[in-house]
Amino acid sequence: MGRYVLRRLLQMVPVFLGTTFLIYALVWAVPGDPFEGKCGERDCPASYVAAMREKFNLDDPLIVQYGKYLLGLVQGDFGLTSSGVEVSTRIAAAFPVTVRLALVALLVEAVIGITAGVVSGLRNRGFLDSLVLVSTLFLISIPVFVTGYVVQLVFGLQLGWISPTVTTPTFGNLIVPGFVLASLSMAYVARLSRASISENRRADYVRTALAKGQPNHRVVGVHLLRNSLIPVVTFLGTDLGAFLGGAIVTEGIFNVPGVGGLVFRSILTKDGAMVTGVVTVLVLVYLLMTLLVDLLYAVLDPRIRYD
Amino acid sequence: MLLEVEDLHVEFRTRDGVARVLNGVSYHVSAGETLAVLGESGSGKSVTAQAIMGILDTPPAFVTRGSVRFHGEELLSASADRRRAVRASGVAMIFQDALSALNPVFTVGFQIEEQLRVRRGMSRADARARAVELLDLVRIPLARQRVRDYPHQFSGGMRQRAMIAMSLALDPEVLIADEPTTALDVTVQAQIMDLLAEIQRERQMGLILITHDLGVVAEVADRIVVMYAGRIVEHADAVSLFRSPGHPYTSALMRSLPRLDSKGTALETIRGLPPSLLRIPPGCPFHPRCSRAEDICASHVPSAVRLGFGRTSACHFAEEVVGGPRG
Amino acid sequence: MTSQIAPAVVEQPRGLFGDAWHTLRRRPLFWVSVSLILLMLSLALFPGLFASGDPNLADLSRSRGAPSAEAWFGYDNQGYDIYTRVVYGARASIVVGLLATLGVVLVGASVGMLAGFYGGWLDAVVSRIADVFVGVPFVLGAIVILTTLNAGGDAGPVRIVAQVVLSISVLSWPVAMRIMRSTAIAAKQQDYVKAARALGASSVRIIGKHMLPNCIAPVLVYSTIALGAFIGAEATLSYLGIGLRQPVVSWGVMINSAKDYLRVAPHALLFPAGFLTATVLAFVMLGDAVREALDPKLR
Repeated sequence: MGRYVLRRLLQMVPVFLGTTFLIYALVWAVPGDPFEGKCGERDCPASYVAAMREKFNLDDPLIVQYGKYLLGLVQGDFGLTSSGVEVSTRIAAAFPVTVRLALVALLVEAVIGITAGVVSGLRNRGFLDSLVLVSTLFLISIPVFVTGYVVQLVFGLQLGWISPTVTTPTFGNLIVPGFVLASLSMAYVARLSRASISENRRADYVRTALAKGQPNHRVVGVHLLRNSLIPVVTFLGTDLGAFLGGAIVTEGIFNVPGVGGLVFRSILTKDGAMVTGVVTVLVLVYLLMTLLVDLLYAVLDPRIRYD
Repeated sequence: MLLEVEDLHVEFRTRDGVARVLNGVSYHVSAGETLAVLGESGSGKSVTAQAIMGILDTPPAFVTRGSVRFHGEELLSASADRRRAVRASGVAMIFQDALSALNPVFTVGFQIEEQLRVRRGMSRADARARAVELLDLVRIPLARQRVRDYPHQFSGGMRQRAMIAMSLALDPEVLIADEPTTALDVTVQAQIMDLLAEIQRERQMGLILITHDLGVVAEVADRIVVMYAGRIVEHADAVSLFRSPGHPYTSALMRSLPRLDSKGTALETIRGLPPSLLRIPPGCPFHPRCSRAEDICASHVPSAVRLGFGRTSACHFAEEVVGGPRG
Repeated sequence: MTSQIAPAVVEQPRGLFGDAWHTLRRRPLFWVSVSLILLMLSLALFPGLFASGDPNLADLSRSRGAPSAEAWFGYDNQGYDIYTRVVYGARASIVVGLLATLGVVLVGASVGMLAGFYGGWLDAVVSRIADVFVGVPFVLGAIVILTTLNAGGDAGPVRIVAQVVLSISVLSWPVAMRIMRSTAIAAKQQDYVKAARALGASSVRIIGKHMLPNCIAPVLVYSTIALGAFIGAEATLSYLGIGLRQPVVSWGVMINSAKDYLRVAPHALLFPAGFLTATVLAFVMLGDAVREALDPKLR
């Protein structure tokens, strides 16, 4: 196990370097002056531009720039945004909000998705089953931003049940954005659990548990669920990684002050240091999540051994 | 009578039609006795066992008629709780493929202890101790350590031993063994059969041994029931059945078995295939494949003919078959 | 537990695809999705047959007009006829979806096949490269790529479409690659491939003649669902203002321009969103039906 983790961590190094370099190159390779419009209506004074170019090493070849950036990164220095704020401060402010939103979404997805999937998987081809199948099809087909706007329109603007934008990102205020963010994955979780349950429902070990005279709630709740939820739990883990990095649309609609909004604004204002900083954090989180998921898989299924 | 099955009818209601899987099966087993249920796959041996246990998949399977009695108590009409109480402590069952019948994500120990804790209210420690005893009983070496292993860490034979240990946890009076050795190597098969026979003798259990292997039957069975297309075609004590089969299907089965004293002669096979249970032929279900079939076989279902010594055979010509030249 | 598609090919007398077709033909879901897709395709090919107006005719005097007899879906903020634009918008949305799918499947499947078949360092390198692209969250990656590409200034419709197709393909090929790679690895172990190799068949022949027909099914299923997903992705990017944009008309572009007037003219958002959803739904249903037909276990 230890050797496996080590090998995986080593494999992550080139992936991490590749991803951050890719983003770095794309962001800084944007044609045009990165300091355009940074000084109000007038063009920036030449001295300022020169100082900034010096600061961000823009006169070095790309690979050297990236090397210097990386060197700073290893020492915990994410650099400054173009307006002179520490990138790490901005990330530290926004990331907890995104984590909160991701956790709410994960909870929604897990509870509703698994419940719907298990219920419909247990009653194959009944009314509930068809209901779950049809609603998951729709959830999968509706783009998240449409769901977001419809929810905002109906519940926020027409019914007035919720405030259409999140003013303070408490857990309570993030429930509705969490639902929107989770809607697509919720459908996948429901379908995955349903498929898994109906595949395992007739498994021999379920019959054995019945033959052992175990009460129904144990046959389903212990024997069937424990096996069926292995793929679901690993899906949820991967999804948490995705939520932590990709809530740009949802955060935008509901004005959630998280990482997604931060990075989107930074891209639009061509704030290179900010973008690379956020992406670096997100890639790191994503890579660690995938490793965690694989380890979790081995914990859940004793037949999996990593040697 | 310990366990009795009478006139059991089961059908599978599928999209393609209704399959009559059991068409009036009756047998019984007493304490200390081994009953072998013999038949090809699809003959209804396992379905009968599952109907006794009450673990048929409903739907598609439905018991439409008949009776299953344990110590004279009707089980088919009993409450779900009562049926569950009989499972494993009254009638226990072991399955053909122990690898898939054991839950892959729980330790062998957990799966034995589970019954003791849930059904007997034993403490964790007591249940563990009893599980080790049971694994010892079925001769799993180093039981104290192996109890913490997962099924996939056991060899095939060891897994089937663990399965047997699990079935014995609640000291059942009847054990149904559904093809317990089919998935195993020949050498291991004999060991498992010996173990089963020994446990059955010691505990004076009723053993229902479901198999398609005449060789297995010959060694351990007291009585034999031969099934074909959801019916019992012959019922006899082991000795007389092997001496002179009373049904053409049984004789055909025996002729298809290699024998030491007939070296050099070609083995026979039974021509044709078992009928589709969706369309069982009228009359005797075996008649399309039977070498002795006459007109009456295609029109009339033969009823069980008594042949003496408790033997019966569902053949219009049972007396001629049993009296005819052997083999 | 591993799904083995390959042995099924040998067992089915009709062949995997003949058998799948036989199953599909009797599924109502399949016909519903196929007719929906055909309808959308004809909108994309001959928009003039369905709408007589001009999609680029803006008349501010009818701004935000509600749905009525002469304008079924009403007018948007700039006074465009929404019905006409929805009809004309089908083309860009579907073209992006088709081209991106084609790119992803061609690149992903061929790279995946080679990586799975040859293994070794090639596999290791390709898998790490794929990890790089999967590691970037899709929307984030697409935004970065598109802002870089968009920085050039005004672009014609062809270039706008090409950029979106490119960014979707660049970020999605690893998925197709991984699917193909794992089926190829499974197929390589099969006896018929070993037999072909023992008989001295060349690698090219083994891949083309033996592996490809047996490995194509999972990628095919993926591509159907991906086509729907990519149409949705185009809409998401256009909605963010970095995907398709004027002069191109697409459902995403329409949603983007409608989102700020949601409160006063919700119909301007709901009609294109409805068409978008229906199209994605059709492809997802088709993918479902095809997967069930191709997987003998699910029957």
